[in-house]
Amino acid sequence: MPALVELEEAWVQARDDKGYQDELGVLLRDFAGRPTPLYFAERLSELTGGELWLKREDLLHTGAHKINNALGQALLAKRMGKHRIIAETGAGQHGVATAVACARLGLECVVYMGAEDIRRQQPNVERMQLLGATVAPVESGAKTLKEAVSEAIRDWVSTVATSHYIIGSAVGPAPFPAIVRDLQRVISDEARAQMIDRTGGLPERVIACVGGGSNAIGGFAAFLDDSEVQLIGVEAAGEGLDSGRHGAPLTAGGRPGILHGSLSAIMQTDEGQIAEAHSVSAGLDYPGSGPQHAWLRETGRAKYVAVTDTDALAAFRRVSELEGIIPALETAHAFAWAMANPGKRDLLILSGRGDKDLAEVISRTT
Amino acid sequence: MTGVERIAEAFASRVGKAALMPYLMACFPDEDTSIAIGEACVEAGADLLELGIPYSDPLADGPVIHEAATAALNNGATVEGAFRVARSLSPQIPVVVMCYANLVLSMGWTEFAAALADAGVCGLICPDLPLEEAPDALAALDALGLALVPLVAPTTPDSRLKEIGSRARGFLYTVSVAGTTGEREGLAPGVDAVVARAKLATTVPVAVGFGISTPEQALGTAAAGADGVIIGSRLVREAEEAADPAAAVGAAVRQFAAGLR
Repeated sequence: MPALVELEEAWVQARDDKGYQDELGVLLRDFAGRPTPLYFAERLSELTGGELWLKREDLLHTGAHKINNALGQALLAKRMGKHRIIAETGAGQHGVATAVACARLGLECVVYMGAEDIRRQQPNVERMQLLGATVAPVESGAKTLKEAVSEAIRDWVSTVATSHYIIGSAVGPAPFPAIVRDLQRVISDEARAQMIDRTGGLPERVIACVGGGSNAIGGFAAFLDDSEVQLIGVEAAGEGLDSGRHGAPLTAGGRPGILHGSLSAIMQTDEGQIAEAHSVSAGLDYPGSGPQHAWLRETGRAKYVAVTDTDALAAFRRVSELEGIIPALETAHAFAWAMANPGKRDLLILSGRGDKDLAEVISRTT
Repeated sequence: MTGVERIAEAFASRVGKAALMPYLMACFPDEDTSIAIGEACVEAGADLLELGIPYSDPLADGPVIHEAATAALNNGATVEGAFRVARSLSPQIPVVVMCYANLVLSMGWTEFAAALADAGVCGLICPDLPLEEAPDALAALDALGLALVPLVAPTTPDSRLKEIGSRARGFLYTVSVAGTTGEREGLAPGVDAVVARAKLATTVPVAVGFGISTPEQALGTAAAGADGVIIGSRLVREAEEAADPAAAVGAAVRQFAAGLR
């Protein structure tokens, strides 16, 4: 708890500090590639009969929105005088983003990754190592993201005096979900202004995929007070909600529970053991959800839906063929829902690019 | 006699020395064997037992206990089964249950407290329940005379330590090192200061755990002023590796007991 209090105080100070914001702003612009474009997906729009606008986070350095958070928190760690960074990663996107941020800022970096994910995502493991990070295999439980988060937290409680933990999604104990939201909010701050500039108004709906929920909370944040804008989070239905093999605690009505220090909708047994999630996309393969999403669901401000592995894989191909954009499998879930339920004017957060998923998609669809 | 009173009596019987509290995981490797392990601990001279309920995501535990929990759950362990283990052992020795918050939350504090009392358990350690979230738990357990045993770490600031210490029931679970459970070499540096600080913050006994894996470390911890020592991963490893888990754990506990007395 004291470490979390210290972190919260440091964040509140940094957030309002011009020096921090200026330094982060330059890094985001010149190093990461912000602002990202707003792109009108003409052929997909023709197909569905509505307007589909894409916020191109896939064009960022390292290929996903994760870099927004990694740079912001690495800079925060430096301000706090902590020179060792801990991170967890599932598919490796957050691990690579954190390794990049640490290399750039001269920080030591240890990334916890499930042994099973290391096997599945070897190129990202090599990328992190090339960047100077240590990739620590996690052998407990199902050897995937949930265990990697646990191991990172265990490291952090042992080394908190010298280390900072950069959590990759809008999950974990307070203040992490708030820090991640604040750092990812740049997505919707830019997109909201871009939509007004390009279309003269706000989108009818904002659509984003939700695992832990960082791109979605960042994509929703600036629209929360625009009550006419519908917010839609798309979770992984995996092999189907009825199969129990999915990653959709919000859609499937997951009971409130505690996972990794926050109280939110989680997948669990009647007894309260945390269940294993299943999704074709590693980034949505998490049995919990950010507490802010659970709250947005409770208040009705946002709606949560789920898309199966099969539909996401189909959308992955369709978007590639029609727009010349290979989306991350995570984002393909959002595309699948948007194409099946077209609106008049949708903004979709294209959270990352799909190069990392090629092997998986090809092995599943050929 | 209430649970709180039974715990107090167990510590009082070792005044001047340290009470010995082995940890065992309920239903590991299976329900009956875990009962046999608990009975072996009693015979070997344990003063209290910490009984862990297997949990899928035991954040405060190191690899040995995490693996044991995973194995127990894969083997069909349930919370109900863990309560059966508690019920078998509690007439023989004061039992303090260690359970992660989500399992408690799932049942509800009042119901969980009632189930503990029904199984004859004396108290509860909930490692991921922070002070801020504790009032409901404390009320539910106090009402039944059961102890809510809080944890403090070397990194806990003085002001917070005082507040936790003042609300401690049964004993104050004092973590000897920042980190998770698991065997460590040597005595945690600064354990004297950790114990002294804890004793200033509370009127209940101070029991030290995490990382104590040899009789020498246990004796060193007792010499530092601890009212009790908790031995966990070392014994769970015995239960995991030995052909006769109860005999192996019993032998290990006997060594710890001999060292302390």
